[in-house]
Amino acid sequence: MNVIESTDRGLYCAKADVYIDPWKPVPRALITHGHSDHARPGHDAYACVKSSKAILRHRLGPIKMTTYNYGETFTINGVKFSFHPAGHVIGSAQIRIEQDGEVWVVTGDYKLEDDGISETYEQLQCHAMITESTFGLPVYDWTDQEEVYNDINNWWSENADDGTTTFLTAYSLGKAQRILQHLDQSIGTVYCHGAIANMNDAIVNSGIDLNPYHKVNADNKADDYKTAIVLSPPSALNSAWIKRFKNPSVGVASGWMALRGARRRRGADRGFILSDHCDWKSLNQAITDSGATRIYPTHGYTQIFSQWLTEKGYDSQPIETAFIGETLDAEPQEETKV
Amino acid sequence: MKHFTNLFLALDQTTKTTVKVQSLVDFFNAASDSDKVWAIALFTHRRPRRTVTTSLLREWAAEKAGIPLWLFEETYHVVGDLAETIAKVLPAKSTASTNRDLSEWIQYIMALKDKDEEDKKQQITEAWESLTADERFLFNKLITGGFRVGVSQKLVTKALAKYLDSHTTATSREENQIAHRLMGNWDPVTISFQDLILNEDPNDDLSRPYPFYLAYALEDSPQDLGEPDDWAAEWKWDGIRGQLIRREGQLFLWSRGEELVTDKYPELARLAEAVGPDFVIDGEILAYGDGMPLPFQALQKRIGRKTVSKKLMAEVPIIIMAYDLLEIGTHDIRDQSYEKRRDQLKGLISDLPLHHDILKLSELQAFDTWAELSSLRDTARERLTEGFMLKRKTGDYKVGRKKGDWWKWKVDPMTIDAVMIYAMRGHGRRANLYTDFTFAVWDGDRLVSFTKAYSGLTDAEFKELTSFVNKNTVERFGPVRSVTPVLVFEIAFKGINESKRHKSGVALRFPRIKRWRRDKLASEADTLANLKALLR
Repeated sequence: MNVIESTDRGLYCAKADVYIDPWKPVPRALITHGHSDHARPGHDAYACVKSSKAILRHRLGPIKMTTYNYGETFTINGVKFSFHPAGHVIGSAQIRIEQDGEVWVVTGDYKLEDDGISETYEQLQCHAMITESTFGLPVYDWTDQEEVYNDINNWWSENADDGTTTFLTAYSLGKAQRILQHLDQSIGTVYCHGAIANMNDAIVNSGIDLNPYHKVNADNKADDYKTAIVLSPPSALNSAWIKRFKNPSVGVASGWMALRGARRRRGADRGFILSDHCDWKSLNQAITDSGATRIYPTHGYTQIFSQWLTEKGYDSQPIETAFIGETLDAEPQEETKV
Repeated sequence: MKHFTNLFLALDQTTKTTVKVQSLVDFFNAASDSDKVWAIALFTHRRPRRTVTTSLLREWAAEKAGIPLWLFEETYHVVGDLAETIAKVLPAKSTASTNRDLSEWIQYIMALKDKDEEDKKQQITEAWESLTADERFLFNKLITGGFRVGVSQKLVTKALAKYLDSHTTATSREENQIAHRLMGNWDPVTISFQDLILNEDPNDDLSRPYPFYLAYALEDSPQDLGEPDDWAAEWKWDGIRGQLIRREGQLFLWSRGEELVTDKYPELARLAEAVGPDFVIDGEILAYGDGMPLPFQALQKRIGRKTVSKKLMAEVPIIIMAYDLLEIGTHDIRDQSYEKRRDQLKGLISDLPLHHDILKLSELQAFDTWAELSSLRDTARERLTEGFMLKRKTGDYKVGRKKGDWWKWKVDPMTIDAVMIYAMRGHGRRANLYTDFTFAVWDGDRLVSFTKAYSGLTDAEFKELTSFVNKNTVERFGPVRSVTPVLVFEIAFKGINESKRHKSGVALRFPRIKRWRRDKLASEADTLANLKALLR
């Protein structure tokens, strides 16, 4: 029996009787981070890292929650657990599980590069690794992030000179804050969609500083946005909400923008390749550096990635989830039941 | 390549027409004349002759990227574009180390023609290594073709007109004039910008066709078009659009895709010597026998063939069903009214009685009320037509797709309720969704697949289906999954024919998903007998 197995409720540690990021209600859940495909409502008890607490409260309301520091070990029925930084978003964690000397790591979503706001990824050593593989294809090769921020600021600046509103979509947890911290506010004002502004508020209230932002509200006039940048979740692109901005230049910040077809389908003017996930190189590097011999990819191109690993000599099997995980169009979310 | 790459990125980074036109004008201002010609050629679907096969390109790219070929192929399937896949699996490079311009790179590629495989490989991989990812993508596109950058011929024409206008030394030209010059048989390898656009008297190419006037589909009832008396109605023929040109004793037939197809239809050749004035006729290439059109399927047998056997010509005779006249003698009459052009067309054809077996006039259907025409339209299918074309009697012959004077009023498609049994991951634009589905109908208690369909659903529905597929996969076959057969969809299609190649015994034309029948259980889907009843 494996230390961690895949069940119809999610990843499960039988000996400790806990689930990791389960998608159906369970008695006890360990949560890697606050995205809604990982932190689901309805569990009896939650455990996460301290810096994820405010985010989970914001998303899930008054839940029963235990929090830990990164690296702090807790034991359940002889199984040792600890959370470690995953670099994905604020409060994101990998989970290390040690049972009878065998070490497993569930990465959750992660990236190796330091985005300046999320706790930086920690490379763990383990025997078996359950890794995300959202961008597990060799065409995903991220551009240097400073270059991307520069491109975004240049684009905003050109738009501001023309009096055109700049409209950029980014997930409300993670990408939005990451971009906010790198916008050159000498160009103009930063406005945020309510979903992002509320998430920002929750993060600021938990004691993390963010650069200034304004919430888009009904009192604003179209003129207020002429030289502004508006940050919005991707879903707002197809809603009536966007109509308040006059002919904005529309950009999308996402790893999916690495492919031309994805950007064209979105109908966006600009695509910025900015992801909170590992690209192909990083995935391979993290796997090599973990020392693990058993690798279980989950999310994204699991089959292909697993076959690649098998050919490289790893013992590898894909793990299917009930979630799409991060997609181009939506915040990470549960798929609709048919 | 810098100017062209910048142009490409600018075009690719906006959805706004005005910005696209301006980017093209900027390019025309900056680029050399030979680069201008090549850019125009590429945007109007002309490309250098292929000198390297795509299978070699794949092999070399996989090797250079250090990945196995199967992984390259899987990745290509997801990306959906070979040029892009190659450009991105290779290591990134931030600045190019060579400075060739567009036409020099094209020369470079054309020069590979007589090289052996080793030389080709060396030159191609050297090029890849010297270019940035964007430039590499364009370089690959020059080899593989298929530039889709959201630039229509119309946009290029507009930009050229604007460029010539702003340029002091160049002559101004009307957009229509430019559009006409860009049609037909010019070769970017040999033609100069001067000859293509500027010269007063271009080496008048006898084969040069006119841009087609394209109709919009009429979605609602024709009531809104006004008085029936202002309109002419002809059957909408189910063939392929063509322009038949006779000038100075030579005959040319162009398809709408701007392909010269004269040689595929040798029965028309004798029109070259027919008595009477020269002409340019707009009409339909139509398979026709016993006074009736043949099903489109018949014509398909001839479309693909370069050389045609006597047997095939006898089996599938074709005609030109003429519906408009654009040039008579040497006069361009496109600015005359439809009625006047029709009169001259009628006269021209009736003066060619010896050729009525290959050249027919598309007759006008008389009608007094729209209701009368509507009930006549109900017979369209049994006449093997697609419905009606409605044309304003006073309208001139326009360039490209324009609203107003020409409308296609098609019969409603046939439909059948079917069960989804296979799903395949989309590629390119829809890389992370399941978008290609196979559908089946009941044959007793067995489901028989009869068609694939992929268009017709919203993005939200595709997402929902992707979720369904993930949870209901029965078996995997590469990118294809079989799924639990529970979902029912209404499939609409334009035509149905018997087919020995398909398990179901039928083949559909233009199938698309009309809607998701959430109200139906799989057991309530149609049967094979229902489907076959639609065969005439």
